[in-house]
This record gives sequence, C-alpha cells and structure tokens, in this order.
Amino acid sequence: MPKDQNLDLGSLVEPDRVHKACYADEEIFEQELKNIFHKSWIYIGHESQVPNPGDYWTTWVGKERMIICRAEDGQVHVLYNRCPHRGALICNNLHGNSGNKKSFRCPYHAWQFAMDGSLRNLPMKEGYDGIIDLKDPQLQMKPAERQGNYRGFIFASLSEDGPDLETWLGGGKVAFDDICNRSPEGEAEIVANCFRIVQHSNWKIFLENQLDAVHPSITHHSTGDAAADMQKVYKKKTGEDAPMGYQFLADFTLPFEKWDSLDTIGHPNGHTVLEGYMGLRPTDAVTQAHEKVLTDAYGEDRMNEILDTKVHHVLVYPCLSVQPPLQQLRAVRPLAANKTLTEIWHFRLKGAPEGIYDRSLAYYYHVNAPSTMVNADDLNNFRACQDGLRLEGGGDWVSLHRNVGQDPVKDGVTTSVTGMSEQPMRNMFAAWKKYMTNEGSA
Amino acid sequence: MPKDNVLETSADTQRAVEQFLYSQAEILDERRWADWLGLFTDDGKYWMPADPEQTTGERLPNIFYEDVYLMDMRIRRVKHPYAHSQMAGHRTSHTVSNVIIQSEDEASGGVVCTSRFHMVEYRLDDQRYFGGKYTHTLKKNEDGYNIQLQRVDIANVEGPFDFVMQVWL
Repeated sequence: MPKDQNLDLGSLVEPDRVHKACYADEEIFEQELKNIFHKSWIYIGHESQVPNPGDYWTTWVGKERMIICRAEDGQVHVLYNRCPHRGALICNNLHGNSGNKKSFRCPYHAWQFAMDGSLRNLPMKEGYDGIIDLKDPQLQMKPAERQGNYRGFIFASLSEDGPDLETWLGGGKVAFDDICNRSPEGEAEIVANCFRIVQHSNWKIFLENQLDAVHPSITHHSTGDAAADMQKVYKKKTGEDAPMGYQFLADFTLPFEKWDSLDTIGHPNGHTVLEGYMGLRPTDAVTQAHEKVLTDAYGEDRMNEILDTKVHHVLVYPCLSVQPPLQQLRAVRPLAANKTLTEIWHFRLKGAPEGIYDRSLAYYYHVNAPSTMVNADDLNNFRACQDGLRLEGGGDWVSLHRNVGQDPVKDGVTTSVTGMSEQPMRNMFAAWKKYMTNEGSA
Repeated sequence: MPKDNVLETSADTQRAVEQFLYSQAEILDERRWADWLGLFTDDGKYWMPADPEQTTGERLPNIFYEDVYLMDMRIRRVKHPYAHSQMAGHRTSHTVSNVIIQSEDEASGGVVCTSRFHMVEYRLDDQRYFGGKYTHTLKKNEDGYNIQLQRVDIANVEGPFDFVMQVWL
C-alpha cells in the first residue's frame, strides 16, 4: 500500500493528476506486476526470431522468466524458464539452439524436455517407478497460461481468463498491421539483434515519453541542432544531400506548431497512437521501387492507402512501443519501481527493396543503439523524474492537466484536441486504474 | 603465444604505434574533440560491432559505426549548451596495453595492430567500467599515423547497458 495510508489504489489516479506513489512505491510496483503484467497480454517475440526447430530466446513477463522456442513440428511455444525438478533456470543464455536432440537439458540434473515443455528423459528414471508417472503435469515445463499470435507477433498471458489477444489489442493492432502491410508479402522478419538498455526509472515514464509531443524539441535540442548543422556541412563538402539518418535526427527539433498539429488517439486498454508522419514518402528511387512492389502485390489504390497510413508511434499498453513506418519495436520489461529493461528490435519487410531496410537500420542506429544521441537525453530525463518522484517532500502529485476535458471522445476512443494534449498519459492511466482496481480490461 | 603470431617489427615501429595509441586515448580522455577528429583519415571510421563475429559494419546493426561526418555531429551535440545529459560532468580515463602489431605494409608503412583497453567513466555520482579490444588500421603520414579504422570490441557487447554511451570508448 502507498505510504500515505489515506490513499487507496483507485484514488491515486484522478482525471488530471496522478499520485507520485504510482511511480515510486515498491509495493504498488509489485501490484502492477500482479494486476497488469500478469493479467494482460505481453509481447514475447516474433515468430521469425526462432526460425529453426530448437531455436529459443529468453525474456520476461513481469517477474516471470519465459522462453519462446520452436518445436520440431514447427510450432512456437512460450514456456516458463524453470525446471520442474528443482527449479533451476533451464535456459541461462539470452538465446541459442537446444541442439541436435531438440531438447532442453537442465544443467543441474540433466532432465530433458521437448520444445513443448514435456519431459522426455532423465537419468536414473527407476527412482520414480511406482511413485509418480513421469507424464504427471507437475514434472513438465509449464507453458504460459495463454499464447497468441497476431501477424507473427507472439504474445503470452499468464492469466487463464480475459479477452483473446485480438480483442484485447483492439486499436493497438495498427502497430503490427502497419508494419506487415508495408511488405508486399504481408510479413515482417525480425533482425536477430536485441539491444538491451536499462533505464533508471519506472516503466510508465518510458511509455509516457514516447507520445509526449512537447518534449522532443526541448530534450533533443542539442541533437536536432547538431544534425541540422551537419546536413549543411555535408552538402557543402560533398555536393550531395546528407544521408536520411540526419533528417531523422533533425526532425526532433521540429517547431512546436508542427508537433501540435499531430493527433494522438487513445484506445481502450491503454493502447495509444501518435498519428503523423516523418517524411517517409519522399519521391526517391527507393520509395518508387517500394511503390512498385506494393502496387504489383495489392494494386495502386491499396498501395497508396498503405503508404499514406499516418501512424508515427503506437504504444501497446503496458509492454510495447512500436514505430511501424520504420519497423522499430521496444519491449518494456519492468525490473523494479525505479528500473526498467528495454529490449529493442527492428524488422525487415519481406519482399521490400533493400533501401527500405536501410531506413529501418538507420533509425535503429541513430535512435535505438546503445550509442544513441537521442535517447541519451531521454534516459537522463527519466532518471531525473524518478529521483524527483521518490522525494518525500516537494509535493505529492504529477500534473496531467494539459487540455484535460477538451479531447473529443467517440465510442470509447479519444482523439486529442491538439498533439500536445496530455491525453496519452491520461488514457494509459485510465487503463492502469482499471487493472489495478480489478475492474479488468475494457 | 605461438611463434607464428609474432610479427617481426622494428622497435621504432612498435614504439611509434604504442605512442600513437596512448595519445588517441589521452585525446579522448581530455575531450580534445578537434584533435580526435584530426586523427582519422578522410574515409576513416569508428566502429563498435554489435556482434563479435561481425566482419563488416555495412548493412548490419552496430553499437557505433561512424564516419568523420557522424563523429563531427557527435562532437557538436556533446558541446551543445542544451546537451542536458552532459551537464552533470562527464569524465573518462583509459588505459591501453598489450599492443601487438598484426601486420605491416612495408611500402606504405601502414600497420594493423591490436591492443586491449580499460576505461572508467564517471557521470552522475556513478562510475562504470568498460574493457575490450582495439583493432586499428593505421595509415602512415609525415608525422606519424592516421586512423583508417578503429574497431572496438567491448567485453559486454550483448549488454544490457546502463544508460547509453555518449562518447567514443
């Protein structure tokens, strides 16, 4: 319970402000894991991450450590990373292949499991004769309570009950549709590299920042200026336009009016979308080649519809930040109230020109690599917020007042009155309150 | 070490290469950014692969992969008055050792050399450690060397990283 005993969980979230305990209190954090991360659907990985039988990656759902793997019959499974014998982690590497036998082998007593978690073999079996059937459920690696696949993106839920994945995603589906639709084959393929960055701040601060259109031109002032300077220097020295990566960076210091003109859309369950466009449909040869393969696959009208989709950023609450037009995905893994791991991936669009991948890779490098000049300043802000929020004095509330009450709502979907409205934060906290007070997902 | 891994080079070359590597580390630690940029050839690159097995930085994810223009940009960003995360004071200290000349081009005087480094970084009341291997492709010039490629393989390449790396290691 929060330190101030007068506050119950529901009263921590008001329409226009939230209590600092939501970010700083360890007990509330534990309840978030239980009520949000162990109840909703959490992104585990992409099916192309485990292309071959025996392949596995490890990750987190709340406090639980999970494995995504592919079995010999091609099925993808999500399992708890725990040996049912003495409880050891079965997979102790970030990723790998379970070897010729396509069996997980516990490093402690060599219990061996098929990729669906069923016990295959163990040394000295006779010690169990007449005591317990080796097919007993308690001797198998446990699969996630539920598993779902939306267009190749695999989710797990640790709750037996609740809406199915597609219903739960609702308006958040656009994150995956807008990635896959840009491929003439309708599919994305993950690039097998995961950048992992630990943020010294609460998981919600990261999500809120992604759809905070006020911060870029302030937080990223230095990087935007430096990129714009270098575009001029590059042109002067080489006679050519600087590579696209510089424009990605210069865009961070777009004037306020530009950000203000974008819309944010708040969907049920906290999924939130930033609409808008970062000049991704120029008239260069790469774009034309992309238009051609999409027209061949889908026809011209559908090609235009796909490439004009104006989605800049999607938050799938509580676990993902996705930038579909550039095929970027960051998974949020809360480690403590003040510590969050992000697993950062990017994708290729199957059948799209190589130059389209180059854009994705350039964004991945400039914005998401461990050397990024962009998130360097974000991470510093997140840390500063967390350090301030844990203070006892100086005030108890976090303000989310900007444009409150002015955002139009229709059929449960909120459209921000301006791009700078704090609607995304309020939308996520509305979902937070529902989960935390056990009203379930919307 | 197997004998065939040891290249016969003159003591002068060994000494010149070592002095050069020490001085590039010193330039980084003293944040002499213009001097740093001046170390590289026009086509020079600073590269930190995301995977130790990588043989190229092209069209692959990298932790750092920067030509002189991107390095120039990074310098402008670090020096910018609104680079918030640089305001709290940021210091590094490198130690370079184990310098081995792997190959030498007698005609041009260029060398490929490997070395090991330790680096401590101080920021926000906290110190973090990096260690790894440098592989330098050096071109001979009138006064010494220029860097055509500085490959940096850090020991903790898979991460996870606390915060990010704002300047070169």
